[in-house]
Amino acid sequence: MTDHDAGDDGPVGAAQAGPVFSFHDVCVRFGDVEVLHSVTAQVDDARVTVLAGPSGSGKTTLLRLCNRLEVPASGSVRFRGEDLDGLDPLALRRRVGMVFQRPTMFAGTIAENFAVAAPDDPAAYERQLVAVGLPADWLDRPADELSGGEAQRACLARTLLTGPEVLLMDEPTSSLDPAATRTLEELGVGLARAGLAVLWVSHDLAQVGRIADSCLVLRDGRVAEVADADEYLADRDIPGGDDRGGPA
Amino acid sequence: MITATTTTTTGYVGWLGLLASLSLVGIAVAISLWQHLDLERSLIWASMRAIVQLLAVGALLAVVFSPHVPLAASWLWVVFMVVFAADTIRRRAPEVPGARRLALLSLGLATVVCLGVLFGLRIFPLNARTLIPLAGMVVGNSLTATVVAARRVVAEFTDKRAEVEARLALGISSRDSARPYVRDALRTAMISQIESTKAVGLVFLPGAMTGLILAGEKPLQAVLVQAAVMFLILGAVATTAAAMSLGLSRRLFTPDHRLVRLARVAG
Repeated sequence: MTDHDAGDDGPVGAAQAGPVFSFHDVCVRFGDVEVLHSVTAQVDDARVTVLAGPSGSGKTTLLRLCNRLEVPASGSVRFRGEDLDGLDPLALRRRVGMVFQRPTMFAGTIAENFAVAAPDDPAAYERQLVAVGLPADWLDRPADELSGGEAQRACLARTLLTGPEVLLMDEPTSSLDPAATRTLEELGVGLARAGLAVLWVSHDLAQVGRIADSCLVLRDGRVAEVADADEYLADRDIPGGDDRGGPA
Repeated sequence: MITATTTTTTGYVGWLGLLASLSLVGIAVAISLWQHLDLERSLIWASMRAIVQLLAVGALLAVVFSPHVPLAASWLWVVFMVVFAADTIRRRAPEVPGARRLALLSLGLATVVCLGVLFGLRIFPLNARTLIPLAGMVVGNSLTATVVAARRVVAEFTDKRAEVEARLALGISSRDSARPYVRDALRTAMISQIESTKAVGLVFLPGAMTGLILAGEKPLQAVLVQAAVMFLILGAVATTAAAMSLGLSRRLFTPDHRLVRLARVAG
């Protein structure tokens, strides 16, 4: 993942495998307020890319461009080289899954939640539940009886049932306790190692240290820095000590 | 004199009877004074205004009901009612985008459908005396349900925005993503009318039936008319609430299945 240099030829310095997302001169406006200004960058495949930066810097907005929950006022977003404008948004969203900041389980049981995502594949529910570290016999458990961490893992499982190639994680641990946070981080990193591109919004430097392969830093709606995780963290003080090298 | 105008068997009310009934407003004013509610002026103003409005409507109805006036004048009256009700809905639900247009469409649809059934099946004869009161029943009773439906849809989509977007993010279409929340809004809008329908006769005697009995009609005939009117109201409330909820939920999404920004999402 590389920020755009001064030229007009689009993102440069792409990773060998090619970018999964590329942003070309992207601006996003909410009413009269421009929240992203001429963002040009790209995101590589099969690794954890952390979108870092202070609150209000445009991280979530950039993430939401990737599955077309937002659209740019100008510029373009490409997914594996194809302009998102030309793709069916519903098909795109099944290829690009998203886990939100707070657990968003729907009313009903876990199985009923899974049925929203994959109504034709009930055989996969139990397997997916186990894959996120929840007991296989919890399918009939009401979603509102889950703890925050359990619910967020169930949300991840629900998202994975659509078979995505990319996982968008919008500060998914912001409402979780440290143990639940670490579990979700392990799952995210594991999925990246298994071949998914994971785009993870975080403003927690320690978390960046635990999960990131690379970082795209936004500030005031602009790309402030693009770097590998080691490079990004090298001259920063990580709260609670350096526990990089994967989830603790 | 007062006695002579208020004790007829048909419940006829004369001018003096009307004046005598104002003593009930006097009771309300007295309670306001006694409890320092400071509502006396409002009570008197509301009562006077009601008399003037009703007299004006009565005078206009007398003209419209005249055999020389074409039925088109009554339809014009119905159109006026729908337009005025749509504007009332817009004022009562200012947070609802496009409320007036949606209300016009919803009320217009309910009026056409419900009156079409009533007159098409010859349940009532089509004339000025039936058209205006029945259209008034449709519009008046649908108004509250339409406001409730519209406000509930906006509240659901605001409070549960994250849930709706979580459905969209799973690749679910906007129509299917909206369905559970529209259903809740619709149930809320209709439940009050269903409860009223269940309680009718046990808890209260509804307006049309009361009016007919006071006017000297036989109770069975009054009941039959009331039942038809009640079913008219149920049908009208369901039609307007459904049209408003579904129309509004469409407005809250873009054609490419994104939720319209009612409240800004922090980035």
